[in-house]
Amino acid sequence: MTLAVQGLSLTRGARAVLHDVGASLDPGTITAIVGPNGAGKSSLLMTLAGLLEPGEGSVALDGQPLADMPARARAIALGYLPQDGDVAWDVAVETLVALGRMPFGDNLVEPVEKAIAALELGDLRNRPVSRLSGGEKARVLLARVLAGEPRWVLADEPLAALDLAHQLNLIGHLRRSARGGTGIVIVLHDLALAMNHADRVLVLDHGTLVGDGPPQDALTPDTIKQVWGARVEWLGKVGRYALSLQDSL
Amino acid sequence: MTRANLTFAALLAVLFPLSLLAGRVWIDPLAATGPQNAALILMELRLPRAVLAVVIGSGLGAAGAAMQGYLRNPLADPGLFGIAPMAALGAVASFWTGLTYALPVFALAGAALAMVLLALIAGRTASGAGGGIALFTLAGLMIASLAGTLTALAITMAPSAFAMSQIVLWLNGALTDRSWNEVWIAAPLIVAGIGVLTLAGRALDALTLGEDAARSMGMEPGRVLVLLVAGVGLTVGAGVAVAGIIGFVGLIVPHLVRPLTDRLPSSLIVPSALAGGVLVLAADSAVRVLPFVTELRLGIALSLIGAPFFLWLLIRMRRGVL
Repeated sequence: MTLAVQGLSLTRGARAVLHDVGASLDPGTITAIVGPNGAGKSSLLMTLAGLLEPGEGSVALDGQPLADMPARARAIALGYLPQDGDVAWDVAVETLVALGRMPFGDNLVEPVEKAIAALELGDLRNRPVSRLSGGEKARVLLARVLAGEPRWVLADEPLAALDLAHQLNLIGHLRRSARGGTGIVIVLHDLALAMNHADRVLVLDHGTLVGDGPPQDALTPDTIKQVWGARVEWLGKVGRYALSLQDSL
Repeated sequence: MTRANLTFAALLAVLFPLSLLAGRVWIDPLAATGPQNAALILMELRLPRAVLAVVIGSGLGAAGAAMQGYLRNPLADPGLFGIAPMAALGAVASFWTGLTYALPVFALAGAALAMVLLALIAGRTASGAGGGIALFTLAGLMIASLAGTLTALAITMAPSAFAMSQIVLWLNGALTDRSWNEVWIAAPLIVAGIGVLTLAGRALDALTLGEDAARSMGMEPGRVLVLLVAGVGLTVGAGVAVAGIIGFVGLIVPHLVRPLTDRLPSSLIVPSALAGGVLVLAADSAVRVLPFVTELRLGIALSLIGAPFFLWLLIRMRRGVL
């Protein structure tokens, strides 16, 4: 069940956001999309989710173009977690997670309970979202996506507002979902998180894909220097790398 | 039946018969002999008026709940789409032309024109990512503003002082002297409108998480917009056509209902319809028994309650309570 983009170009307003991006993503893995601010990371993720229509090229799920899929079928296959995490109404955790069943139009309890258990939210199920900490809210929002049992989870900076412990906790949950066969695509700002936890990294710069591969190959000091303009070196060993900033150019 | 539905249905069941008894002439159901023409007062004056109050309040309540869900904002009101001001403008045109017997038709035509304009705008804003709802709302506000300006123009240039006073009086909505005719005009349209709004319920729930997340969950912006415009157009347009402008009901009612539900928009629409019926019926009963020389206009009475309520909401929002 691959999710593939081919020759993808996208303009938003008068601005070219993505240019000739191509990649075929495999389920059961974590793919990180990285790049400087304005590189087109969120736009690529939204295009993968079928929320933006490419100007040129196509996005296909298992060979079927997303543009040809009914909205409901697409929603069942692709779970999208937006960056802002905004919740308009002060609903209880359980109610929010159950919204994940919306694409199916059912009220199945089991997948909702499974998502609540997977994200360790049992004790919080009746709590209104306004009374959750940042880390708890991030877990609840991910649980909402998982309650739909999508084949792909596409998350836009799900770790951005979290402290280190909560980041590792959430990454752990994503890794478990990937082990279960779900494809995970996440936009990340923190290169060390991408280096240590992704199976594959896509590096975007000004809307162009300039790196694609396992983290050690995609995030070389040379690539980082070229894209971010910073001289760095990786310290540590596989799975425990830390980024050391030498100086900025 | 949910707790909210049960609560407001019970309130309505108690209030409705009481409302039939209340008025300048009180009717004592236990008295052996009632006032003269009691049956006539009940069947031809109070019953249609009470039914109309419930029906109009239901439409406004349901439209308010749907609008707040759609705009993801507890301060939203059905008037934001510009449908009520356009319906009012249509009604004002009937005074202007002297064709007041066709007032509901003119008002419904005004509401329909607003719906067509909104549908045309929707075609241009509903596609693409993000921002569609904000653009659409601004367009609705502009329609409301234009209709308000044209109404003001019509008042200042009214053909006669009588027409001018009629327009001004009518704009402050009321249910005085309404008959079964108005019930037959408004009720089917409002009931249909509430039905249309309930169809949008699940999509409005998805909007709780924002426009992009909702689209990723299968919400189709164009379909939701059509349902909203049709539902609000029917409920509010028909209400204005028979009773004039009755504000604040759509704003207040969802707040009364929300604590009794799981707070998702779909859970609010039907109980808000019931609560809207309760509120307008209670307010209309109250204006009938208040000891004023002339009956206080219902629209003014609800605004007197609604404006302080709105301020209280703002203060609560500032404190982060909502």
